Amino acid sequence: MKLALRHTAALTVRLLRALWRQPWFVGITLVQPMIWLLLFGALFKRVVEIPGFHGGSYIQFLTPGIVIMSALFSAGWHGMALIDAINRGIMDRFLVSPVSRGALIVSSAVYGGVVVVVQSLVIFGVAFAVGARFSLVALLVMLGLAVLLGGAVTGLSNALALVARQEETLIGAVQFVVLPATFLSSGLMAANLMPHWVQQVARFNPVNWAVSAARDVTLAGTDWGSVGIHAGLLAALLVACTLLATRAFRVYQRAI
Amino acid sequence: MDSAIEARGLVKTYPKGARALDGIDLDVGAGTIFGLLGPNGAGKSTTVKILTTLTLPDEGTATVSGNDVVREPERVRLAIGVVGQKSGVDPEATGRENLLLQGDLYGLPRSEVRTRTAELLERFSLTDVARRLVRTYSGGMQRKLDIALGLMHRPDVLFLDEPTTGLDPEARAEMWDEIARLTDEEGVTVLLTTHYLEEADRLASQLAIVDRGRIVASGSPDELKRELRGDTLLFELDGLIDGVAATLSRIAGVRDPVLDGRFLRARADEGARALPAVLAALEAAGVPVAAASVARPTLDDVYLRHAGRTFGAAENEEVLA
Repeated sequence: MKLALRHTAALTVRLLRALWRQPWFVGITLVQPMIWLLLFGALFKRVVEIPGFHGGSYIQFLTPGIVIMSALFSAGWHGMALIDAINRGIMDRFLVSPVSRGALIVSSAVYGGVVVVVQSLVIFGVAFAVGARFSLVALLVMLGLAVLLGGAVTGLSNALALVARQEETLIGAVQFVVLPATFLSSGLMAANLMPHWVQQVARFNPVNWAVSAARDVTLAGTDWGSVGIHAGLLAALLVACTLLATRAFRVYQRAI
Repeated sequence: MDSAIEARGLVKTYPKGARALDGIDLDVGAGTIFGLLGPNGAGKSTTVKILTTLTLPDEGTATVSGNDVVREPERVRLAIGVVGQKSGVDPEATGRENLLLQGDLYGLPRSEVRTRTAELLERFSLTDVARRLVRTYSGGMQRKLDIALGLMHRPDVLFLDEPTTGLDPEARAEMWDEIARLTDEEGVTVLLTTHYLEEADRLASQLAIVDRGRIVASGSPDELKRELRGDTLLFELDGLIDGVAATLSRIAGVRDPVLDGRFLRARADEGARALPAVLAALEAAGVPVAAASVARPTLDDVYLRHAGRTFGAAENEEVLA
């Protein structure tokens, strides 16, 4: 167990260090969510005037949505690092060492979590600058939900990377999934104003679990029971995706 | 002699139906360099993948350092170092960071990770570039770092899968010296795969020649060459002369004469002694000789005899396939 933690820590450091050495990529990763927040914030500013939209500022409404959406967008790509490691022979070197497959996947999820936290803090900062206000509890719960979703999506991305082993396939799949998954949630639009069928689909959408719980904690009269259930569902999903990715190594090793 | 690696009847078929291994047996003595020689696609890398626990055999058994590769992969992994055909170095990290991570992965005590890292950097002359990103290294430097990574935890057995492929002649010669030092200084058993005859001849004390997933010959390079009995005589004739081969077969100690265009080949137990008699016979028969040479048998000749084709032809066939 102690060794597994050491493996996970060392592998996470490897990923973070490689990220840190690509300042342009770090910059883009951090600037992109700001653009979403400010762009959507300006574009849909008057949405709050629609009857049935319970008042307040749109930035205040939008911030939890952008935090979750950004977690989804960045985590989806983490499988690329795994494909790169396969192509370079690094993965095979890891696989013939005593490192467990679990540590390889968990380190990627922890890395994804760190990226989500930094990204979310930047979004909170920008949101604060343009007038949004959240309690400390709300900020922490939003962070937690974003990390859970980010970790789960990282696992899925890694599982697909191990099965497909082709960058094009992963790029296609990520692009196919992320935007519909975002719009089939209450990230940008109040849930009660969405078409009935979208509401129904959204109930099964993990992105919506994260968004609705994250928004709920920013409103007065938070339904903590509902937040807890959604957080629990996301935690279960995180575990399931991590196990799935760990199992996917078998598919990879059969193919080589 | 203790066996560091023992394999019996390894068979591996890939999903698309290609039979990569068709019953491979191996016995590698501890502390030796064992060469697995064959053209690309012969099954060398698949054998290494099975022995290093990267993939499972369909049939057969194998042990490395006494541990079963299928039932005890964790124990095998601790006992082996692997330098893959593809370099496994992380180009976005420094040489030092690569080694430190490797030490963490093998669970060495932290203080030992640092001392061993410094030691290996020094041994492979990488100390000066230790803090540079590996992507700035030359091919030869990357390959040395690969071997250093494989040695980090002082393995019993080191697998080197095509260690000099893609290196320029100078870097290759340097790598050969490094590999030759491994068994002396580290006491490690080395299983080397190569498709360079010269490399196998120079480094390996025992050899197995692999062709189409089977071992077609094994022994020491000298044994294999001795099996061919004698030297090769080669004459370049001035013009095309029929029936000249028959002239040679009448000379005592000269065998297997073959005329191939202007080239006449034969084998002799002691080539240098047979040469004057052959030249005299050719002169008596009125055959003008432009050049004559005597050569010791090479592994190329061994390969030709056991695989039924020259090494170069086998390589070309793989490229076309």
